[in-house]
Amino acid sequence: MNSIGVILGITLMYSAPLVFAAMGGVISEKAGVINIGIEGMMTFGAFTGAATGYYLDNPWIGFLCAALAGGAISILHAVACVNFHANQTISGVALNLIGTGASLYLARILFDGATQTLPLKKKLPKLVSNADGTISLDSTAAIAFILVVLLWLYLYRTKGGLRLMAAGEHPEAVDSLGISVEKIRFCAVIASGILAGAGGAAMSLAVVSSFSQTVISGHGYIALAAVIFGRWNPASVALACLLFGFSQSLVVFLGNGTITIPSQVLAMLPYVVTIIVLIVMHGETRAPKASGVPYEK
Amino acid sequence: MNAAHAIEMHGIVKRFGNFCALDEVELEVKKGSIHAILGENGAGKTTLMNILYGLYDYNKGQILVHGKEVHFKSPRDAIHAGIGMVHQHFKLIEPYTVLQNIVLGYEKKGLFGFIDYRKARKEIEALIKAYHFKIDLDAKVRDISVGMQQRVEIVKALYRGADILIFDEPTAVLTPQEIHELTGCMKNMTEEGKTVIIITHKLEEITQCASRCTIIRRGKFITEVAVDGCDTKKLASLMVGREVNFSVKKQKKAGTEPMFEIRNLTVEDRQGICRLSDLSLEVHHGEIVGIAGVDGNGQQELFEAISSLIMVKSGTITIHSKEIQNTDPKTMLENGITVIPEDRQKDGLVLDFTVAENLISQNLSAPQFSRHGFLKKPEIMASSAALIEKYDIRPSGCSALKCRALSGGNQQKVIIARAIARNPDLIIAVQPTRGMDVGAIEFVHKALIEEREKGKGILLISLDLDEILKLSDRVAIISSGHITGVFDAQDADKGKIGTLMVGGKN
Repeated sequence: MNSIGVILGITLMYSAPLVFAAMGGVISEKAGVINIGIEGMMTFGAFTGAATGYYLDNPWIGFLCAALAGGAISILHAVACVNFHANQTISGVALNLIGTGASLYLARILFDGATQTLPLKKKLPKLVSNADGTISLDSTAAIAFILVVLLWLYLYRTKGGLRLMAAGEHPEAVDSLGISVEKIRFCAVIASGILAGAGGAAMSLAVVSSFSQTVISGHGYIALAAVIFGRWNPASVALACLLFGFSQSLVVFLGNGTITIPSQVLAMLPYVVTIIVLIVMHGETRAPKASGVPYEK
Repeated sequence: MNAAHAIEMHGIVKRFGNFCALDEVELEVKKGSIHAILGENGAGKTTLMNILYGLYDYNKGQILVHGKEVHFKSPRDAIHAGIGMVHQHFKLIEPYTVLQNIVLGYEKKGLFGFIDYRKARKEIEALIKAYHFKIDLDAKVRDISVGMQQRVEIVKALYRGADILIFDEPTAVLTPQEIHELTGCMKNMTEEGKTVIIITHKLEEITQCASRCTIIRRGKFITEVAVDGCDTKKLASLMVGREVNFSVKKQKKAGTEPMFEIRNLTVEDRQGICRLSDLSLEVHHGEIVGIAGVDGNGQQELFEAISSLIMVKSGTITIHSKEIQNTDPKTMLENGITVIPEDRQKDGLVLDFTVAENLISQNLSAPQFSRHGFLKKPEIMASSAALIEKYDIRPSGCSALKCRALSGGNQQKVIIARAIARNPDLIIAVQPTRGMDVGAIEFVHKALIEEREKGKGILLISLDLDEILKLSDRVAIISSGHITGVFDAQDADKGKIGTLMVGGKN
């Protein structure tokens, strides 16, 4: 019974960064822009969050700065893809290189040549927890799941959502109604950057307490896999994130347990699950029709 | 300025780079009338309307709506001024419901800033009732017929309070019954005091419903005529700038033995849904068989089954008593079948390859064009030059030009030249004149008839019923993947065919 509580707590903790990033992916792809750069944006957010959180000695300010940093770096992707109709995959890959590169470069300048930040005194707090760890809920996990509800309401109940998804299905139709596709897509990319940045910080400020080179290692891509797995619907995408979070928690749980599985093999688990899920899902998904297609009048 | 005019456009000039799409075009539309704009493809009709609808800016000119000068920066301004447009390619979001499509961009907020669908539904239902439409507001757009999608577009415009409606090629995809309904609907609207502008290159429609007609040729204003006292022949010559020959001369001389036979063909798609069921059909030498039907009733699958692009579940396809089902496109070509595909840009041509390369693309391994895997450039160029000359592909001598640079009509000529140069026994033509203008259509029709006279069989799949009736010796009607009737073209009756097309009983 205790183990279940522990696993649940770790699952939620590890899911939170994925949920943030995946919601960003949903927004961007629903609007018609593929955002492979989420990995880079997460990395940059993770670094910015840890660095500002360390210097200002406040993880919440760090979290906020991380979101802003993610938003700021995503402007590059928005300008390239929306204003200049660039290939979205290439721009996204470039962003991944920039995000990671910039983080390590800035870390070296700010932290005496180290490619990591110094640990914060306080992590982002847990909302509920007890001493033996059988009950725990991270504040980031709570925020993440509130975000899922809000995003769902936004997409399916408000006019902004109706227009956003239309821009990802049939941008010409949106244009013919006198609504700016560019504006919708630009804002969507920035929003996805902000969420990816927050997701990065949910990793470096809640799961661990500092930024290092490996703190974001493929989480952005796993989030994108969750977007596909969850068929672009925020609620299902969140469930997919939970599945990936669960496989991550198994890594932690089994790693501490009595069963002896080499840790390297265990660490592969989330990635193996991702690949299996994508294979199983093959052919059944329906992406937004105009996702990945630059819109030119 | 004239208050009796809903729309006035004076001296409109529009340039795309160096190309002058519209050169001092004039348009005056009387309030409460149906006004047609007639012109060949690329004449600038749609460009003119896109300017009126605020989608394009213009370089020079003046636009007045109800006597007041306007300058629209976006469709939003045009909609605000009471202009609605039903585009040729519908601007509908397929996974959305009809209701969502109608409110998109014109949403009314209710509680918590959510969209107030209930209020919208009430207003739209009232509108639908007033115009006697039949529309299911909760159906997804991807599940409804093309005719209904068009009605959704009309309601979309009316819901925004449009009193001037622009229809861009509205009948291209409709059945005869739906066309009839549409003309009725347009007349209803004018009785309500609304103004209708219809863009078309189909002459019958103009004589049927419009009162006045503006003719545009190559971006230039030609004239405005009253439709009464104008026959289609005169309209056609005004549009093209020369006499057009409508009738196609053909002698009846079909062979007795079928050269191409389809027997009890059944095709299922990946979900196991039956796309073609027990379909039988034959084509004789020297015969054109037309397949008439509403889009999406198995035409595409029929073509794909013959080309072995999809698997046949049961039944046979034979040419010269050789079975070719479930083989591959190459076998089909080798057995003397050639194809004029529906989408010339997607399936017919490699747009970024030259005309010469496209002309031999089905013949690469023929000994006259290649040896040991190397292409024989001089022979290819010579053959290409001959075909360009013979089929009048313009600009002349375009062998080295990329196909992308050619106009739609000339791209189609490349495909037809390539198809016929193979000297096939059977030509399968899918929508061979889609989106082309009278001049180019005339050329394609002549080429097909010529092949028929040579004793070839032709299977013509087209959504244009007039085209089918004009060319075919026999007409087969396809509905829900099944042939519901076969007629000799002479005694075919349009009304009866229309009923069969939508699944009615003979």
